[in-house]
Amino acid sequence: MATSNYQPKNRFLRAFNEQLPILSLIHDSLGPGYRAPKNLNYWWNFGSLAGFCLIVQIVTGIVLVMHYTPHADLAFDSVEHIMRDVNYGWLLRYIHANGASMFFIVVYIHIFRGLFYGSYRSPRETLWFLGVIIYLLMMATGFMGYVLPWGQMSFWGATVITNLFSAVPLVGDEIVTFLWGGYSVDNPTLQRFFSLHYLLPFVILGMVILHIWALHIPGSNNPLGIDVQGPQDQVPFHPYYTAKDAFGLGLFLIFFAVFVFYFPNFLGHPDNYIEANPMVTPAHIVPEWYYLPFYAILRAIPDKLGGVVAMFAAILILFAMPWLDGSKARSSRFRPIYRTFLWLFVANAILLGYVGANSPDDFLHLGGVDISFLTLGRIATAYYFLFFLVIVPVVSRWEEPLPLPKSINEEVLKKAAKAAPAE
Amino acid sequence: MATTEQGTSEGTDVTRRDFLYVASGAFAAVGAAAAAWPLIDQMNPSADVLALSSIEVDLSAIDVGQSVTVLWRGKPVFVRHRTPKEIEEARAVDLASLPDPQADEDRVQKPEWLIMVGVCTHLGCVPIGERGDYDGWFCPCHGSHYDTSGRIRKGPAPKNLEVPEYVFLNDTTVKIG
Ligand code: HEM
Ligand code: FES
Repeated sequence: MATSNYQPKNRFLRAFNEQLPILSLIHDSLGPGYRAPKNLNYWWNFGSLAGFCLIVQIVTGIVLVMHYTPHADLAFDSVEHIMRDVNYGWLLRYIHANGASMFFIVVYIHIFRGLFYGSYRSPRETLWFLGVIIYLLMMATGFMGYVLPWGQMSFWGATVITNLFSAVPLVGDEIVTFLWGGYSVDNPTLQRFFSLHYLLPFVILGMVILHIWALHIPGSNNPLGIDVQGPQDQVPFHPYYTAKDAFGLGLFLIFFAVFVFYFPNFLGHPDNYIEANPMVTPAHIVPEWYYLPFYAILRAIPDKLGGVVAMFAAILILFAMPWLDGSKARSSRFRPIYRTFLWLFVANAILLGYVGANSPDDFLHLGGVDISFLTLGRIATAYYFLFFLVIVPVVSRWEEPLPLPKSINEEVLKKAAKAAPAE
Repeated sequence: MATTEQGTSEGTDVTRRDFLYVASGAFAAVGAAAAAWPLIDQMNPSADVLALSSIEVDLSAIDVGQSVTVLWRGKPVFVRHRTPKEIEEARAVDLASLPDPQADEDRVQKPEWLIMVGVCTHLGCVPIGERGDYDGWFCPCHGSHYDTSGRIRKGPAPKNLEVPEYVFLNDTTVKIG
C-alpha cells in the first residue's frame, strides 16, 4: 500500500481525513488508489463475493437473534416461530441457512483459484495462511450454527462431531465433557455454541481485514502468474474491478435467490425439522454438504484416532502448499501435466463428497460391478493425500513450464490484436 | 539491555535486574494463569448438572425379553430383562475372540438384568436393540454390532457399551449413578 496522496475535494472532509485518514485508506484499498493487474479473469470475482456473503450472514444473523431463543427447551419452537410468525422471518432464516451454503461454494471456488494460479506462492504465503485460518473458522461457525435450530440433525451432528475428540489419547473423555458442559450434548452445549456462533463471524471479519491488508502489500496475483512490472500492467481497482465485481454479484444473487425462493430446503436435511431427541438417533446422520469430503475421509480410516487425525490433516495440509509446490511458474496455465492432476483432484474431492453422503456399507452399481462406498472412499482418500504429498512436490519440480510471457501488458495487447479484426 | 548493564561487561553475569525481570515475569504468568482458570473451568459441568446424577428405576414392570430406556445424565440407559437364551449366548463366547475382552459375569450384577449406557463407544449415537449380527444392539451411524452382553463384536466402535454404577435397592428397584 503506497502512502497516499489522496486529497478529498471537500474542505471539511479534507480536514477530517487529515485527522483520521480513513478516507485515504478506503481510496487506496477499494478505490482508484489500489491498482490491480489488468488481466484478472472471473475467477477473481470470488474474493469480493466471499466478503459479501460474510456481511449477509452477519446482518441476517443479528436480526435472527432478535427472535431466536438459545435454550434446549425453546430453541426449536423459536425457529418455528421465526418461520411462521415473525414478519419476513422465513425469508431471513432461509437467507441465513442458504447463505452459509453459498458462502462455502464461493470460498471453495476462491481456494481453487488460489491453487490453480499459484496464489499461495511467494510473496503471498501470509495471505494464503490467513485464508486457511478463515476457512477453519468458517467450518467451526457453520457447525455451531447448524446446532442452533435444535433439530435431530443438529443434535446428532453435534454429538458425533464433538465425540471425535474422545479419540484423543488419555484425556479424550475429559475434553468431550468439557466441550459439552455435561455428560451429553444438552442445554449448556447449545448455549455455548450460540455464544461462539455469534462471536466467530466477527473474528472472521477481523481476519478478512488482515487478509486484504496482506493482499495489498504484494498486490493481486493474476492468471499468468508473473509479476507486475509497472503501471502499464495495471488498471485502477475503481471503476474497473468495482464494476466487474458488481456484475458478478448480480449473477451470484440470481443463483442465491433461486435457492432461497424455490429450493430453500434442498441443501438442508428434512430430519432437522424434527425436534432433538436424545433417545433416538436418526437412521442416517450426515453433516452439511460442505463437510462431506472430510466426513468421507474420517470414515475411510478403520481406526478411530487415525480417522480423526486424517480428517484434520486433510484440511491443515493446505498450510504446506507454499513449500510443497516448487515449480518455476506460479500459474497452472503453463503447467499442463500438473494442471491435469489438479483437475483430477477437484473431481476426486467431489467424489469424496458423494461418498460422504452415503453409508459406507452401501454399494455403488457401476455397470455390472458393485463397489462399496467404503472402498471408493478409501481410494479417493488415497488420491487426496497422494496429490499433496507426492504429486505436487514431484510434478512441480520435474515438469518444465511452457515459456512465460514477458509482461502482462504485452500478453493483453496480443490478445486484443487477435480479437480486433472481428470488428 | 546494553544501557542498563552496570557491572562487568561479561554477558554470563546475572545482574540483579535480570533476576527482577525473570521474577516479575514469572509472577505475572502465574497471575495470568490464575485469572484464566475461571474462564476455562466455567465450561465444565456445573453444580446442578452434577447434582442430577442418579435415578431410580422400577423393575417390576419389565417382563423377560423386554427393555426400557431411561434418561440418565442426558444419556439413554438401557435396562434389559434378558432371556435365558441371551444370557447363555453371552456366556458361551470365547473371550479371546473379542475386540474388548470382558466376561459377561463382570458386566452384570444379576444375570437377568443387563444395565448399560446406550451410547455407542464410537461417536456417541444410540444403538438400536435386538438388531445386528449378534442379537444385541446395532448402531446405525457407522455400523457397530454389539452382542447380548453389550460387547462390541464388529464395526468401528473400539469398546463395549459402558456399564454405569448401580445398586439394587431391593428386588424390584435399581438406583443408577
Ligand atoms: C460466518 C458467518 C456465519 C455462518 C457461516 C453461519 C451459519 C449458520 C448456519 C449453517 C445456521 C443453521 C441454519 C438452519 O439450518 O436453520 C445458522 C443459524 C443461526 N445463526 Fe448463523 N452463521 C453465520 C453468522 C451468524 C451471525 C453473525 C449471527 C448473529 C449475530 C448468527 C446467528 C444465527 C442464529 C440466531 C441462528 C439460528 C436460527 C436458524 O437456525 O436459522 N449467525 N447459522
Ligand atoms: S457412532 Fe455408533 S458406529 Fe459410529
